[in-house]
Amino acid sequence: MSAGVARPRLARELHPGAWWAWAIGLAAAATFTTNPLLLLLLGAVVCAVVMACRGDGVWARAFRFYLALGVVIVITRTLFRVVLGSGTAGHVLLDLPEIPLPDWAAGISLLGPVTREALLAGLYDGMRLGMIVVAVGAANALANPKRLMKSLPPALYEIGTALVVAVTVLPQLADSAKRVRAAQELRGGPPGRIRGLRRFLVPVLEDAFERSLALAAGMDTRGYGRPGAAPPAQRRLTGAVMLTGLLGVCAGVYGFLDGTSPWWLGMPMMGAGIAVALAGFVLAGRRVVRSRYRADRWRPPEVLIALSGVASGAVAWWVAQEQVQVANPPVAEMPQVSLAALVACLLGLVPLLAAPPPLTRESRELESVVESDEDVAEERLRS
Amino acid sequence: MIELREVRFGYDDRTILGGIDLRIDEGELMLLAGPTGVGKSTLLGVVAGLVPGYTGGVLRGDVLLDGVSVIEQPARERAHAIGYVGQNPAAWFVTDTVEEELAYGMEQLGLPPETMRRRVEETLDLLGIADLRHRDLRTLSGGQQQRVAIGAVLTMHPRLLVLDEPTSALDPTAAEDVLATITRLVHDLGLSVLVAEHRLERVVPFADRMCLLRSDGTVLVDEPAAVLADSPIAPPLVELGRLAGWQPLPLSVRDARRRTSSLRSALDRGPAHSPERVPGPTEVEAAELVVAHGRRVVLRGVSLTLHAGRVTALMGRNGSGKSTLLWTLQGRLARTSGRLAVGGADPHQLKREQRRAHAGMVPQTAADLLYLETVAEECAAADQSADAPAGRCAGLLARMAPGIDPATHPRDLSEGQRLALVVAIVLTARPPVLLLDEPTRGLDYAAKTALAAVLAELAELGHAVLLATHDVEFVARVADDVVVLAEGEVVSAGPVRRVVAESPAFAPQVMKVLGPDWLRVDEVASALEAAG
Repeated sequence: MSAGVARPRLARELHPGAWWAWAIGLAAAATFTTNPLLLLLLGAVVCAVVMACRGDGVWARAFRFYLALGVVIVITRTLFRVVLGSGTAGHVLLDLPEIPLPDWAAGISLLGPVTREALLAGLYDGMRLGMIVVAVGAANALANPKRLMKSLPPALYEIGTALVVAVTVLPQLADSAKRVRAAQELRGGPPGRIRGLRRFLVPVLEDAFERSLALAAGMDTRGYGRPGAAPPAQRRLTGAVMLTGLLGVCAGVYGFLDGTSPWWLGMPMMGAGIAVALAGFVLAGRRVVRSRYRADRWRPPEVLIALSGVASGAVAWWVAQEQVQVANPPVAEMPQVSLAALVACLLGLVPLLAAPPPLTRESRELESVVESDEDVAEERLRS
Repeated sequence: MIELREVRFGYDDRTILGGIDLRIDEGELMLLAGPTGVGKSTLLGVVAGLVPGYTGGVLRGDVLLDGVSVIEQPARERAHAIGYVGQNPAAWFVTDTVEEELAYGMEQLGLPPETMRRRVEETLDLLGIADLRHRDLRTLSGGQQQRVAIGAVLTMHPRLLVLDEPTSALDPTAAEDVLATITRLVHDLGLSVLVAEHRLERVVPFADRMCLLRSDGTVLVDEPAAVLADSPIAPPLVELGRLAGWQPLPLSVRDARRRTSSLRSALDRGPAHSPERVPGPTEVEAAELVVAHGRRVVLRGVSLTLHAGRVTALMGRNGSGKSTLLWTLQGRLARTSGRLAVGGADPHQLKREQRRAHAGMVPQTAADLLYLETVAEECAAADQSADAPAGRCAGLLARMAPGIDPATHPRDLSEGQRLALVVAIVLTARPPVLLLDEPTRGLDYAAKTALAAVLAELAELGHAVLLATHDVEFVARVADDVVVLAEGEVVSAGPVRRVVAESPAFAPQVMKVLGPDWLRVDEVASALEAAG
C-alpha cells in the first residue's frame, strides 16, 4: 500500500461497557438540565452517534422504538399537565372549565385554565425524561446487550447466562405465537375471548416449555455448569465468605439509615461488608474454569468514549451548579445557552471520531475485498 | 470406546429399554434404527447422559466410557468425550451467531483463547461453513443449521458423536451434504458416530454396523445387510433386494445396479400400467402468483392447477417457497399479483370460516392446532366448529388411525397418530382441497404406508391433495403429479414418473437402480409375478 493512502481502520465491535458508560454519562447530563435547547442538542448528538456507529444486528434496529417511546413520554407528560390542571399563574392560552372534585381529593384539580407556563414546564420535564430514555436506547442499539452480559465477572457468569437466555426466549416466543395464531386459523373454535385465549395460549406455552427444556439440554450437553476443579472445602469457604460479606453490608445499611445505632454499625460496617463480599467474589471467580472466546478488551477508543460520556455528565453537573439560569431556565423567558453547556452536549460527539467503523455486512465485505486485493498484490510481487 | 451393559429404562407403567448391550468401537459409524416411538431418542439420551435427568423414569445397568462407569455423570461432565446433537438443532442453539455457537462448548471446557480460535477456523473449514461465520443462526437454512449444530460439538473434540435424526428436516441434497460430512469425520478424524435415522435409505450405505431397536425394548446388532435381511423396517432398496433374492442384500444403489442382470429378462416388458386416477374438475387454479414477505419476494410467478381426485407433491429445497405457496392457496397470505381461484373463489377475500370450507391445511408443526386435554374433546370441538354432526371427526380419525383411546392426551400420541388427528380435524369441515406441509416428518415406514393409504382414499373420494415434502420415496408411492419449486419458480411440473426421472436428486431408489420406467417396489413385484 502506498504511503499516501490512509490505512483503512479495522471495523470491530467496541467493548459494550464503553457505550454504556457514554450513554449513562449523556443521560446524567440530561438529568441536570431542563433547558429545551440543550436537551434537543443532546438528542441530536445521540442520534448522530447511533446512526454513524451502530452495526447491523437485530438490537441495532431497536433504536427507533426508543425514539418513539421518548416522543410518547414528552406528549404524555405535557397532556398530564393540561388534564391535571396546574394552578400556575401566567398567560392563559386556553380557559378550560375546572371540574370540581370532592373534598377528599383536595390538592388535585382536573382541567382548569391552561397557561403557557404550565405547558412549557410540562414540555421541558417531559423532554428531560424522554432524553434519558433515548440515551439508554442508544446504548442498547450500539452495544450488543448479550455481549454486555457476557462481560460480567466470572463469578456472575451464571446470572449473566440466565439473562442472555431470557433475552433469547422473547423473540422465539413471538415467533411461536405467530405460528400458532396462523395454525389456529385452520380450525374453527369456540367463540368468545376467554376460550379463544386458551386455544392460543396452550400451544404457545407448551412450545415455550419444550424449547426451554431443549435449550437446557443443549447447554448441558455442551458442558454448561461443569463443576470446577475446586475441592469441596474451598467451595464452602467461598460460600461462607460471600454470605458473611452480604450480612455485613445489610447490617451496615441498617446502621447508616438508623440514627440511633452506634456509629460503628454504619459506614465502617458497610465498608467491611463490601470488602468481604468482594473477596468472596474473587474467590468464586477463581474456581471458574470457563474461558472467553474473543473476549472484549478495553483499548484506547473504548477508554476515550467512556471518558467522553463521563466528562459530558460532569460538565453538565458543573453547569447545573454554577449557571442555574442556563441549566433550569425559567418558563417565562427564552432559554439561554452557555459555552460550558454546549461543551457538555458536544462532548457526546467524541465517538464519531474515536470509534472504529461498526461491523456491518458491508464493512465485512469491504475488508475481505481489501484482503483479496492484497493477495493479488502479493501474487504479483512473487511473479 | 463406549459400552452399554444391561441397560434398562422405563417408567412405572411401561418399559422402554429392556436390557440393552451395545458396544461402539473407535472410528465406527453405528446406525440406530427402529419403528417410531420405540425409544431411539431415549437410547441416545442414555449415551449422552440426558436420560433420566431430563425425562424422569428409572435407569438401570451401566454405561462405560473407556472402561470407566459414567452412568452417574450428567451430560455436562461427559461433554468433552461425547458430543450430542438433538433432533431440532434450532431449538438447541445458545448464542446468536455461527462463530459464537462453535465456541460456546469450548468456553465451557475452559480452553485457552488461542486454541479456541484455531479450532473454530478448522471446524468452519471442515464443515464448509466458513462463509456463514457471522450469520445470525436463525437466518440459516435447515441444512446449514444442522451443520452448525454438528460443528458446535465438534469443536470440543469429542470422541463419540451422537446424532438424533440429523437429516429428517432436510431436502435430499442438503441431507446428502450432511451425511457426507459425517462420513468424512469418521474417515478423517477417526470419530465414532452413533446416529438414529428414520429414512434408512439415506444412511445405510455409510454405516459400519447397525443396531435395530425392537418394540420389546431389545436390540439386534450386526452388519447392516444382516440386520436388514428380516427387519420390519427396510428402505425400498432392501425390499427390492429381498424380492429379487439377492444375497447379501445390496445397501447402496451402486451395489444393486450391478446385480440387476438377473432381473432384466423378467422386467423387459416394463411395469404393468396401473389404472391412473382420473383427474376430476379443477379445484385450484393459480396463475402467475407473486407473493412477498415484506420486501423479499418468495414466489415469482407460480402457476399451478390442482384437480379433484389427484395427489400432487410439491418438492424443492429448503426455503424454495413451498410453505408460502401452501399458505397462499389456503388464503392467509396475500399475493402481490396473479390470479387465484380455490373452489371458484379467491381464498384471500374470504372470511376465515369460509376458507376452512374451501381448503383445509395441515401446517408443518401439526401440534399447533391442538389445545384440549383429550382426543375426544378435540374431535367434539372440531365437529362443533364445522357445524358437522357429532362423531364425524372421530369417524375420520378411526378410519385413518384405528385404535386410539379417546381419553388419551393428544401429546401422548405417537407422531403419526397426532398427524392423523390433525388431518381428521381439518377434514371435518369437508374441504375439497387438502394442503399438507411436510406430513412425513418423523414418521416411520409403517406410519408412512398408513398415511399413503389415507391420501389415496381421500383422492378416491374426490379431494384434491397437495403435499409439500422432501421424501422422494413417499412421493413415488403416493403422488400422481409433482411440482418442483426453486427460488420461488416452478422448474418442472407434470406426472410423477416423468418429473422424478428428469432430476436425479428427486429420483427414488428403485428408479435409480432399474431405470426411469420403474417407480415403486410393488410394480417390480407384480411384474416378477406376471413373469412367473
